Amino acid sequence: MGGYILKRLVSAIPVLLGITVIVFLIMALIPGDPATAILGSYATPENVDRLNRHLGLDRPLWQQYFVWVGNLLQGDFGRSFALNRPVLDEILDRFGATLVLAGTAFMLCAIIGIVAGVVSAARQYRFADKAITAAVILGISVPSFFLGMMMILLFAVKLRWFPVSGMYSMFGGGDLADLIRHLAMPAIALSLVATGVVARLSRAAMLEVLRLDFVRTARAKGVPERRVIWGHALRAAMVSIIPVLGLQAGFVLSGAVYIEIVFQWPGIGRMLVDAILKRDILLVQGGVVFVAACYVGFNIVVDVVQAWLDPRIKT
Amino acid sequence: MSLFLRLLFRNRLAGFGAVVLGIIVVMALVTPLLPLHPPNVTNTANRFLRPLAEGHLLGTDHLGRDLLSRLLHGTRLSLAVGFAAALIAAVIGAAIGIVAGYAGGRTDNVTMRGVDMLMAFPYILLALAIVAALGPGLMNALIAVAVVNIPFFARNIRGVTVSISHREFVDAARLSGLGPLRIILTEVLPNVVPVIVIAMSTTVGWMILETAGLSFLGLGSQPPQADLGSMLGEARGALITAPHTSIVPGVMILLIVMSINLLGDGVRDALDPRLRSGALARPMAATLVDRKAPAPPARTEGLLTIDDLRTDFRLGRRTAHAVGGVTLAIRPGECLGLIGESGSGKSVTALSVMGLVASPPGVITGGAVRLAGEDLVGAPYGRLRDLRGNRVAYIFQDPLSTLHPLYRVGDQLAEAIRVHHAVSRAEAGERAIKLLVDVQIPNPRARIGAYPHQLSGGMRQRVGIAMALSNDPDVLIADEPTTALDVTVQAQILKLLDDLRRDRGLAILFITHDFGVVAQLCDRVAVMYAGRIVEEGPTQEVLDAPAHPYTARLIACVPELGTGRRRLEAISGLPPNVDDLPPGCAFAPRCDKAQPECRQGEIPLEGGVRRVRCLYPETHLPETELEAAP
Repeated sequence: MGGYILKRLVSAIPVLLGITVIVFLIMALIPGDPATAILGSYATPENVDRLNRHLGLDRPLWQQYFVWVGNLLQGDFGRSFALNRPVLDEILDRFGATLVLAGTAFMLCAIIGIVAGVVSAARQYRFADKAITAAVILGISVPSFFLGMMMILLFAVKLRWFPVSGMYSMFGGGDLADLIRHLAMPAIALSLVATGVVARLSRAAMLEVLRLDFVRTARAKGVPERRVIWGHALRAAMVSIIPVLGLQAGFVLSGAVYIEIVFQWPGIGRMLVDAILKRDILLVQGGVVFVAACYVGFNIVVDVVQAWLDPRIKT
Repeated sequence: MSLFLRLLFRNRLAGFGAVVLGIIVVMALVTPLLPLHPPNVTNTANRFLRPLAEGHLLGTDHLGRDLLSRLLHGTRLSLAVGFAAALIAAVIGAAIGIVAGYAGGRTDNVTMRGVDMLMAFPYILLALAIVAALGPGLMNALIAVAVVNIPFFARNIRGVTVSISHREFVDAARLSGLGPLRIILTEVLPNVVPVIVIAMSTTVGWMILETAGLSFLGLGSQPPQADLGSMLGEARGALITAPHTSIVPGVMILLIVMSINLLGDGVRDALDPRLRSGALARPMAATLVDRKAPAPPARTEGLLTIDDLRTDFRLGRRTAHAVGGVTLAIRPGECLGLIGESGSGKSVTALSVMGLVASPPGVITGGAVRLAGEDLVGAPYGRLRDLRGNRVAYIFQDPLSTLHPLYRVGDQLAEAIRVHHAVSRAEAGERAIKLLVDVQIPNPRARIGAYPHQLSGGMRQRVGIAMALSNDPDVLIADEPTTALDVTVQAQILKLLDDLRRDRGLAILFITHDFGVVAQLCDRVAVMYAGRIVEEGPTQEVLDAPAHPYTARLIACVPELGTGRRRLEAISGLPPNVDDLPPGCAFAPRCDKAQPECRQGEIPLEGGVRRVRCLYPETHLPETELEAAP
């Protein structure tokens, strides 16, 4: 197992390099002169030149790339000109909030999605299956930002069950209970689409597995049906559900951008959108690379879990 | 095409989606012709009018603009941008996929690595990076969404292209001297188009949602131009005071995306033949029973008796009579062989005993299965579960697929014990080791920790047998347990089963297609053809003097070692289709001796200890035996 983890870690290096190349090339598409963009159109040519030299923008593209990656590796993500602080500090401040939100939503989508999918497959064509299928269709079609707004309207404004927005109460909050009250709505809104997708694929995976011979063997042994479904069949279906969960993590991270805006959650997604609107390029660049790297890391974890669940994978 | 449309509309949800989407698209198309307020004219005196207000059907927004007009114009824009993004992504993605898949080798490798890199991003990060570089705007959002979806198309299309470019008709085109471009356009592309259509139908909803999302963030369409996303984004500020301004565009996005998703699912189901046949029905815990007549009386004696058992497969409008009235009996300590070609219904007979026939499509429609006098057809699931693996145990054909691939064999054995006996985990583990000793697996303490794929075929089947023995059953039903094994291992397994039978007094129902195996193990043999028993009797007598022509032909198929004189004979023709059996003898169409009478009326299974279902048997069974019928 140790060897396998090492192998996966090593294989992530080219992916990470590829990510930096792609981000760098996209940023090189920026029309016009970045220094002018930063300093505004009233800047003097001398100032523009000086800033260009300071940012290394007078060198060839490939040199700029290596300087940039070298700095990244040393933890130097550059400085956000809009916030006037190091990019990495800002990212790290924001990342915790996103992790809490996206992590909770991910757990919700994994647990509820798998349970719903298994129930749906076990009760195929019965009422529960039809109800879940209908809920899934609705769930994967509703835009999460619209859902979030409607939830605010119903649960925060009308019923007053949850606070409208934010991560902690302004006064007297800050403990775990306060966090959970603030987290409930955005996490549920964020998880809904992914829950639908996971439920749908879990159902398909279960239907696939339930026809296999070893399920018949379990029944022939006299294993109770509940154990056949939730034990034997689900265990085998997990092998095809886990990779889907890995993909859904990406969707949850993506959806977090909208949800953070709707619920004013102080996370990295909101930071990125603000940075784009302010044309704070280094902050965008750093944020994108950072989150993408986290996602690559998460997928390594998914692969390792997969290898641990399926002894047939050569580790 | 008409079949496709019929299938699509048989799916009611897809039809509903098509209708809703159709209405929305038509409305978007005719929007400029409708007598609407201009969408961008502000009138702050009329801010936030509620729906159904005078002159404003859906009310007005924060600048007093008519919401209905803005909604329809916004829908127009959102649909146009979403479909354009889908089209761009599909065309570029398909082009990359086809080139990579057709070229193969290095081109393929390098291209797909690049595609993988793009897929390593959570999709919105890439879209945000592109918008950050190009600047906010609807066109740039469209480009971003299209680019983000290119890898998905490229990957799917490449996969299909690789499989197509190795097919015969492409080879033929290549040999006839056509250039790669011609081949791609005339041979590959037409076969890839359905895949592109499916991929588009499942993603266009997403792309509309994504562009709306970017607009919602303020990165897409810029004021005063508004698509549905930016309408929602602008309305957010007044969410609490004027919720209708948010609800109107939000519901429209929901309707569009949902109708596209429903339609997309329908398209996929209609184009994917596997889903079409309903092959993915889940087998239930016990076979369905739909017994029209009361259970027939027990005609024979034995520990396990099967009387006039009938099992059908109901496949849509077709009904296959897999088992058409089978009567058998097994006494304690006896081994009965059930022999026949594949499709003769022998496995279905065996699985029917404990209600293990996959259902749907299997249905037991008549007869009785009695274990020590108790009828099990239609017995409650709880009763069947009690008996399964406990008093009646099964061994199946291919132990690689019949053992759970992800559980250690020791755990699978322990589970078999623990579902019927309240013993501790540790004790079940000890018993599992004893069972492995009983089936002569060397080094059992190490083996219990192995996964099935780590064992050899023979070892796996020994585990299968150990599992069947784990609760000391009275009856063992072995469904071709040696077919997947090589000959030397087969002999060992047969020896093992024979010893176990003698030591434990097991009654065995042994299903096989091999008379050689029957000769080694079985006291009696029943020959099955097209769902019915055609001959039955003590093994040696049947082997020496088969009465039914089919039995005789089957025996002639077995090679005899040492003699080498006899010509091996295959039976010409194919077994009949059990959907629609002709009257009379089912073997008549393949039988040399068939007479016109053979094709008329029911032919009974006659005799005593030896019975045969034939008007002109090869051997006349002695009269005395007939009178000694039980």
